Amino acid sequence: MANKVIYAVYEDPELLKDAARKLVTAGVQVRDVFSPFPIHGIDPIIGLKRTRLGIVSFMFGIMGLSLAILGTWWMMIYDWPMNIGGKPNQHFYQNVPAFVPVLFEFTVLCAAHGMAITYLIRNKTLPGMAGRNPDPRSTNDKFIMELRTEENHGFAPEAITGMLRDTTVLEINERQC
Amino acid sequence: MNFTISKRAGAITLALIVVGLVLAVIGLAGDHTEHKQYTWAAFYANALFFFFIALGTLFFYSLNHVTETAWTVMVKRVYEAIAMYVPWGALAVLIVLVAGSLGVHHIWHWMDARTLDVADTAHYDAHLSLISSYLNKPFFWVRAIVVLATFVFFARWFRTHSLRMDQETGTALVASHWKNYRKSVLFTVLFAFLSSILAWDWIMSIEPHWHSALFGWYVFGGMWAGGMITAVIFVLYLKGKGYLPQVNSSHLHDMGKWVFAVSFLWSYLYFEQFMLIWYSNMPEESAYYVPRIGHHPWLIWGTFFINFGLPMLLLMSRDAKRSPKFLIGVGALIFLGHWTDTVQMVMPGALGAHFEGIGLLEIGFFLAFLGLFIRVVLNALSKAPLTVVAHPFLEESVHHHI
Repeated sequence: MANKVIYAVYEDPELLKDAARKLVTAGVQVRDVFSPFPIHGIDPIIGLKRTRLGIVSFMFGIMGLSLAILGTWWMMIYDWPMNIGGKPNQHFYQNVPAFVPVLFEFTVLCAAHGMAITYLIRNKTLPGMAGRNPDPRSTNDKFIMELRTEENHGFAPEAITGMLRDTTVLEINERQC
Repeated sequence: MNFTISKRAGAITLALIVVGLVLAVIGLAGDHTEHKQYTWAAFYANALFFFFIALGTLFFYSLNHVTETAWTVMVKRVYEAIAMYVPWGALAVLIVLVAGSLGVHHIWHWMDARTLDVADTAHYDAHLSLISSYLNKPFFWVRAIVVLATFVFFARWFRTHSLRMDQETGTALVASHWKNYRKSVLFTVLFAFLSSILAWDWIMSIEPHWHSALFGWYVFGGMWAGGMITAVIFVLYLKGKGYLPQVNSSHLHDMGKWVFAVSFLWSYLYFEQFMLIWYSNMPEESAYYVPRIGHHPWLIWGTFFINFGLPMLLLMSRDAKRSPKFLIGVGALIFLGHWTDTVQMVMPGALGAHFEGIGLLEIGFFLAFLGLFIRVVLNALSKAPLTVVAHPFLEESVHHHI
């Protein structure tokens, strides 16, 4: 028997959440959900692991801070000590208040860009990448739940679609994969 | 569900007031400054600190109406209860203002009429006479009365209105909601002006030769941060007692986020004011920091570390913001950090070299005011249902999930 992908289309995120909760309670594995905007509270229902994006962002921030410290120290203190308005330039720590804006901005720059780029790479949504969206309507006003038979060996495909039909589903599409 | 003050809480707050007053009296006996200025300044710093907490909370409370925030509806009564300290804080500040005007103490030395008398060469101050069109007693009092009356009026109005909304349903409830919205818009606009004016008049004018354009925002940042921390501590206290069962970890997470975010606002302004003055290095500006950093570096940088470093490092992670123990520990430390911030705003300016670091008087008045503050807030909490009975966003707030 060939593996199938089942797409259940909903008109409202709350309806989708209720349906997902029902299926998961019955033991069905939900692969993914496609939605035009983030649905609050869907992650724990379909058993998504918590994102590690925050950790990545933190590491990029630390990297930015280190680079900025290195840069200001090398440029302003070590390589060519700059005398600006008579501010001390013998040691980094004496002049650090003047560098704080740069350190702060560069930390934010690296953290934000690093996080955004990591996010795009991880989602495979960098500009120019082919879309992996099963149904273009999920970028507009439909909410789609994806289920795979290969992950639900305990259920016949008909049983899954039967359970889906009991929810307030708009349509159910099946595809071979 | 209604809140009843436990016997223990009543006894502890009473003990705080008594112990605080005893320490303050011991401190007063050892106060050898002219006009007992040290005692007045210590009283004033603490009066301001707790008044600011109530004001910051009142501001955030009305901001939530303006933005129509739903999740805070669950903890609305806690904000209201803290804001019910506004009349008490106003009274405490008013006592110091009246005493200053009558010449009982000289925290505001510009109030001394001799500084404007050209013939009195020993006391005449050319700078003060230059700014006397703003900094004179009648105009000062007009502003002070407008500031105090506005805050007291709105704190009471919001509370009364909120209690009235509990009795309403349907279209009447929605109409009340919009009335609340319009009043809150008016209040936030007034607050923007009045919070800056009170910072200039009551704190910056302690050192009238020094001016800082962002002083009002810096004081406001401190108010807001103090309010957020106090609110989260009260919510955790109530939850620990088994009240507020519907407040879930998402509400706590959001309250933690506010502590985190507003701590950054405060730190930004605190550091920016210092950095610009340090960088330009002009005598009339650095006169503010030389005595502070020169004599009390631990107070100045310790305050900065506690109020910026601790929340940044400890409250960054999601788990920390959802953990009551963590939140209450960090919150209590930042609470003290904002107290030392208020102390360093008032004391070095009011006392000059007589201020030798935090002593009995500051701690005594702190404990006494803390006891009073907690009593007032708990009393206000016990007067009304802890969760609002009716609100257009109540249902959404119950199901808050992030």
